[in-house]
Amino acid sequence: MADRSLVHIAFYAALIAALGLVPPVAIPFLGGVPITAQTLGVMLAGIMLGPVRGGLAVLLFLFLVALGAPFLAGGRGGLGVFATPSVGFLIGWPVGAFVAGWIMRATPGMNIFASAAVSAAVGGILVVYLFGIPGVAYMAGLPLTTAALGSAIYIPGDLVKVVLAALIAQTIARGLPGAMLSRS
Amino acid sequence: MISIYLQGDSWLHRAPAGLKLFVVAVASLLLFQVNSPLIFIACLAGVVGCYATLGSEGLKRLALLRGLTVLLGILLVLHWISGTFWEGISVVLRLVVLILAANLVSITTRMDDMLEAVMPLFRPLGWFGLSARKPALCVALVLRFAPYMMQIFSRMREAYQARTGAKNSWKLIPPLAIQCLRMSDNVADALQARGGSDGLAGQAEIRTRPKAA
Repeated sequence: MADRSLVHIAFYAALIAALGLVPPVAIPFLGGVPITAQTLGVMLAGIMLGPVRGGLAVLLFLFLVALGAPFLAGGRGGLGVFATPSVGFLIGWPVGAFVAGWIMRATPGMNIFASAAVSAAVGGILVVYLFGIPGVAYMAGLPLTTAALGSAIYIPGDLVKVVLAALIAQTIARGLPGAMLSRS
Repeated sequence: MISIYLQGDSWLHRAPAGLKLFVVAVASLLLFQVNSPLIFIACLAGVVGCYATLGSEGLKRLALLRGLTVLLGILLVLHWISGTFWEGISVVLRLVVLILAANLVSITTRMDDMLEAVMPLFRPLGWFGLSARKPALCVALVLRFAPYMMQIFSRMREAYQARTGAKNSWKLIPPLAIQCLRMSDNVADALQARGGSDGLAGQAEIRTRPKAA
C-alpha cells in the first residue's frame, strides 16, 4: 500500500479520536439523548477516503482503543469497551465506513451533498445498527426486537449526524477538492 | 503518553501481556457458558480483589462502572419489562465481570507490550507482500498526531467561542479536517524523503514511546 494512503489512514484514525473530544450534545426535543461527534468521524472516513482506506482507518482507530488509548467519546478505551453491550456497534463501524465509501465511489455523477447523505445513512446507520442490535441482543440476553427498540433512541441523533456529515463533506470538497479521495 | 495504563509494579504488571490476554479471553468465553448469579458474584469478588492488589489507585479505576450505570440500568429495565428480571440480574453481573476483567488487562499492560503481544496476528500480511510492521507504523503515527489534532481543535474552539459565544459547532469540523489533511500531505512527503514506510518498517523497531535508558 502506498505510503500516502498509509498516512491518510492514520490521519483519519487520529481525526476520529480528536472528534471524541467534542462534548456530547443533548438535544432536548429528542428526549435529551446525548449525541457524540465520534460516529460523525466514522461516516466521514468512509465518505472522504473511499471503501478500503475508510474501513482501514476506522479499524486502526479501534485497534488503538483496544491497545489502551482512551480515544472513545468520554475518554473511554482499553479492552473493557469491547466487553460492553455496545460492542456490536463498534464492530459495525469499519464495515459501515466501508459501505459508505463504496456508495460514494459508486455514485460519481451525483452531487456531493446527496451522495454523502445516502452514504452516511446507509453506511453509518443501517450497516452499523445491523451489527449493533444483534450485539446488544447477545451481550444483554435480550430478544432482537427489544434490543432494536432499546437502540432506537439513538437513531434521531444519528439522522442529525447524516445531515452534518453531508454538509461537512461538501464544505471540505469546496475548500480542498483533492481531499475527496473516495472519488479520485 | 495518552493511555489508560496505570503506572505500577504489581504482579499483574509483571505478568506477560500475551498470557493476560489469553486468560481474559478464555475466562470471557467460559462466562458465557454459565448462568448462575452466584458464580458471577464469586467472579466479581475475584476481579475486584485483583483491582485491590493494585492498591488504592487500582480501586479508583473501578469508577469506570459509574459511566455504565445508566446503560446497565436500562438493560435491567428492559429485562424487567420482558418478565425476565432474574436473567437480567445475571446478564448485568456477567457484563460487569467481563468489563472489569478486560479493563484490568488494559490498565496493567503498556501499549508497547500489548502491541508486541498482538504483532504475530499481523504476520499473515506478509503473505500478501505487505510488511507486518506497517500496522505498527500506523499506530505510532496516530499516537503522535491525535494529541496534535486535539490541540488544533481546542484552539479553534476557543477562537470560535471568542467570536460567537457558542461553545462548539459542526462548522469547526471542515476547517479542522482541511488543516489535518494539509498536514498529512506534509507528513507523507517527509516519510517519502526518509525512504518511505518500507525503509522505516525495515528497521529493527518502531517504538511508540522513547526507549528507556
